[in-house]
Amino acid sequence: MKLIKAIVKPFKLDPVKDALHELGVTGLTIGEVKGVGRQKGHTELYRGAEYQVDLVPKVEIEVVVADDLVGRVVETILASAKTGNIGDGKIFIIPIEDAIRVRTGERGENAL
Amino acid sequence: MTAKSRWTLAASALVLAIPGILFAQTAAPPKIEDVAKAVADNTTSINFVWVLVAGFLVMFMQAGFAMVETGFTRAKNASHTVAMNFMVYGIAMLAYWVLGFALQAGGVGGLSTLGGYDQMNKLFTVHIAGKDWGLFGMRGFFLTGVAYNASVFAYFLFQMVFMDTTATIPTGALAERWKFSAFCVFSLFVGGIIYPVFANWGWGGGWLTALGANAGLGNGYADFAGSGVVHLTGGTIAIVTCWLLGPRRGKFNADGTANAIPGHDIPMAMYGTFILCFGWFGFNAGSTLAGSDSRIAVIAVNTMLAGAAGGMSAMIYVWTRFGKPDPSMLANGTLAGLVAITAPCAFVTAPAAVFIGLAAGFLVCFAVTFVERTLKLDDPVGAISVHGFNGAWGLISVGLFADGTYGAGLNGVASNVTGLLYGSAGQLGAQLIGVCANLMWVGGSTFVAWKITGLITRGHRVSAEVEEMGLDMPEMGVPAYPAQETLPAPQPAAAVLRQAS
Repeated sequence: MKLIKAIVKPFKLDPVKDALHELGVTGLTIGEVKGVGRQKGHTELYRGAEYQVDLVPKVEIEVVVADDLVGRVVETILASAKTGNIGDGKIFIIPIEDAIRVRTGERGENAL
Repeated sequence: MTAKSRWTLAASALVLAIPGILFAQTAAPPKIEDVAKAVADNTTSINFVWVLVAGFLVMFMQAGFAMVETGFTRAKNASHTVAMNFMVYGIAMLAYWVLGFALQAGGVGGLSTLGGYDQMNKLFTVHIAGKDWGLFGMRGFFLTGVAYNASVFAYFLFQMVFMDTTATIPTGALAERWKFSAFCVFSLFVGGIIYPVFANWGWGGGWLTALGANAGLGNGYADFAGSGVVHLTGGTIAIVTCWLLGPRRGKFNADGTANAIPGHDIPMAMYGTFILCFGWFGFNAGSTLAGSDSRIAVIAVNTMLAGAAGGMSAMIYVWTRFGKPDPSMLANGTLAGLVAITAPCAFVTAPAAVFIGLAAGFLVCFAVTFVERTLKLDDPVGAISVHGFNGAWGLISVGLFADGTYGAGLNGVASNVTGLLYGSAGQLGAQLIGVCANLMWVGGSTFVAWKITGLITRGHRVSAEVEEMGLDMPEMGVPAYPAQETLPAPQPAAAVLRQAS
């Protein structure tokens, strides 16, 4: 099992969610986060004075899937979250030791 | 009032009076004196209602100011900022009731449009160069004695809401760092002394109004609805106190350059601006103190034109200079146009009103940059630029653009108010003296009041730590926006016990 953690532009949440649903991913967790990458934010003007917008709002999507699904999930997220512009985000893949469904106590891939 | 409107009014008053006359005197035909009295009484009644309703509109501007100032500050100080805007209404009002109104209006004389009551007639004057010059009034403390009269009460309500407009201007310039206790004490001085003395000079029969009759300068100081008395006064208080209090932490860098500190609720500030635009109809058109004066239509239209022009020119300026039409400057530009037209609204043509507003919109953008980069003052909401700079511009614009069609009898001078472009230089002189007098009296008395307040409240400024964490919790005890509640609220112990049993 792998945890796939995708940090994407907020308006890409719905396209990614729908695409993952079509792929058969049954569960995901999201969070509103702020962050900065190589783009290093940008400056704006308010009342004639500059200010740095260095932490940009993003959405973090977490999905845990069986190993054989990882490739397709990553491809799906890439296809649905990409705009080609700076600030499209990142995907991280992290190994998962175990998973347990709280209601039944099932373990491993059965709990996903 | 034109001859035609006078006849229309007389006719309508007669129609209203007829039933009373018929029922009261079925036998004899109505006497001409009775008809004349009914007409006069109805005119007075119309004026009473107009003054009160216009005053209610101006009172509602307090909500507009609260929204503008709170929207332009940060979320961590929102409870504090809105509470200052809320309490200034009552604190300054009570000081004005005790002391301020008497100082301002104690010598105002006959309230001609409100029935002619003339017992507010004691003015403290000095005798210089063979003439009397008024300094402050001395009747009407606590609204008792001769002031216990319906005309005076109507006049009090209308003048009180104007004073409160002034008192709420500095709270924006000093937001996010001013101790609430210091705000409370200082506001007593604004409502009790600082504002009323200048208002006496400009509106209460004081020396500025006498510049026409005594010194031949046009009609004397002509400030129809208060670009000077209200807005320049508020702006002068703001600039002096902003300098004394110092900038917010993090506003200026070590090399003197300024950082932007964006407000947390731009939509609220824009709604507030619209409320101010609405209240301004009462502010300006109400200042006729007479609903029977058809000039109220000219005044209301000039007011809306100048506000629109100010918003437009500010938008063009910030868009071309800074790349985007910053909404906070659109709001400031609109208010700048309204502030500037407040003095000349009754005396100028529509094209002049638009020009005054356009100039105000540019001026406020220039002033915001000037105040921040050159004077190094931190004014979070632009109060100095909107009310100070444009209050002065409004006063000066009377001396330039007054077209000589209105204002006969103002300050005891028979001619209409006439500006430089229409052939009279004297009026501009009176206006410039008014600007200087405002800066000196309001600036000086503000400095003294500030120092006294500082002694009473042990300083004006919150600690660095309080400022960093936001004033809401340490000063007011409640945040403006509690964190989103995702966890269920804890149940009271009793409820849990009942469920268990």
